[in-house]
Amino acid sequence: MPRAAVPASPIRVLIAKPGLDGHDRGAKVVARALRDAGMEVIYVGLRQTPEDIVRSAIEEDVDLIGLSILSGAHMALLPRVVKLLKSRKASDIPVFAGGIIPDEDARSLRRGGIKAIFGPGASLEEIVATARRLARPSA
Amino acid sequence: MSRAPRLPVAARAVVAHDRRALARLISAVEDRDPSVVPALRALYARTGHARVIGVTGPLGVGKSTLINRLIELLRRRGLTVGVVAIDPSSPFSGGSVLGDRIRIERALGDDGVFLRSMASRGHAGGVAAATREVCRLLDAFGMDIILVETVGSGQVDVEIRDVASTSIVVLVPHLGDEVQTLKAGLFEIAEVFCVNKSDLPGAETAARDLSDLAALGTDRDGWRPTVVSVSAQAGAGLETLWAAVEAHETYLDGDGRRARGERRRLAQEVVGLVRERVGRELGRSVDRDRDLGALLDRVAARAIDPYSAADRLYRELRRSG
Repeated sequence: MPRAAVPASPIRVLIAKPGLDGHDRGAKVVARALRDAGMEVIYVGLRQTPEDIVRSAIEEDVDLIGLSILSGAHMALLPRVVKLLKSRKASDIPVFAGGIIPDEDARSLRRGGIKAIFGPGASLEEIVATARRLARPSA
Repeated sequence: MSRAPRLPVAARAVVAHDRRALARLISAVEDRDPSVVPALRALYARTGHARVIGVTGPLGVGKSTLINRLIELLRRRGLTVGVVAIDPSSPFSGGSVLGDRIRIERALGDDGVFLRSMASRGHAGGVAAATREVCRLLDAFGMDIILVETVGSGQVDVEIRDVASTSIVVLVPHLGDEVQTLKAGLFEIAEVFCVNKSDLPGAETAARDLSDLAALGTDRDGWRPTVVSVSAQAGAGLETLWAAVEAHETYLDGDGRRARGERRRLAQEVVGLVRERVGRELGRSVDRDRDLGALLDRVAARAIDPYSAADRLYRELRRSG
């Protein structure tokens, strides 16, 4: 029988930009790459509060949350997302981030539960592979 | 795995307004996970309260923006709103970018609204295969109104009428001349035409062409489509639009029309479930059939014809079923 192009259970991933910076090109490029890797990308774009992000992640039943942030507010906003997920009993949803995040901050964010952090030099292949691993650790 | 909820529990959780349980059940339905059926069975008796309203039309006409406005209006009236927003899956990768939350998000602030984005996953017709079941879950969750946004529709994407009791077809000025309105397909399924971007030049002409079309006749239920001009961006005309939807819903309540429509949709659903099952079993039987290769060789060599080969497969399927 012909196989459907769509896998039985595609990975669903939320891509959002928390905070106030308007630089969404990186987020769009990543969204497109994840789409081309066969994932269902819920793209919510700019100016998302941590509350918006967690609400969307739960309603959309995503396997993964990717946050792009270039404003410098990462130390305030990213831990807040992790904390909110925990309070909604949804801390099983992994969070990764991309943007301009100094090494020292990145270390601290990883300790705080952000599963992966990508800087400006990250390749799309690397991001897709990491997303896949985080979404389906057993696969 | 997060995708395989324990289902009788999940059904109870949906009724108890657990948003995450609802979201997971929706995923299981989308994935055609057979373990979801007991929950769907259990919830069915609790459905039938919600009104499902379709919002369809070509891409870029402002369906999401319109839905954002409708949610605001319905929430002001104290109604709870479920939204199912469908976008296409890639025929190449199977992936998709679901972008409807961007324009709708402003209206999502409270617990009286639940929005779910769905990818079409290869299903043609403008909706996803599981759309009806997802609407039913939102119904069981207690939503009063369910708005279904189709993919940007082409002329043949009319399947929304199998899901919704009222379909709003959204159009904008300059989509074509009045001959377009005579063509079969999309223009036939509208109970309400919404001319959006009514501040643009040409909007009056578009509304007039549609009114002329509506004047030509009624649908099978005797309903004459209403034409409403709206500017979703500016927030103008929304009350009139919703009044038109309500007028059609009220019309359906007369003379057994709603029951007839419901029956037509249920017949389709039940037959569709059987078809799905037969298709699955046929697939299995084909996979099992070691002689299939030999059979196809004979068809290719013109030793037998495709119809005889199909007869044989069909007989085997009946025997095994």
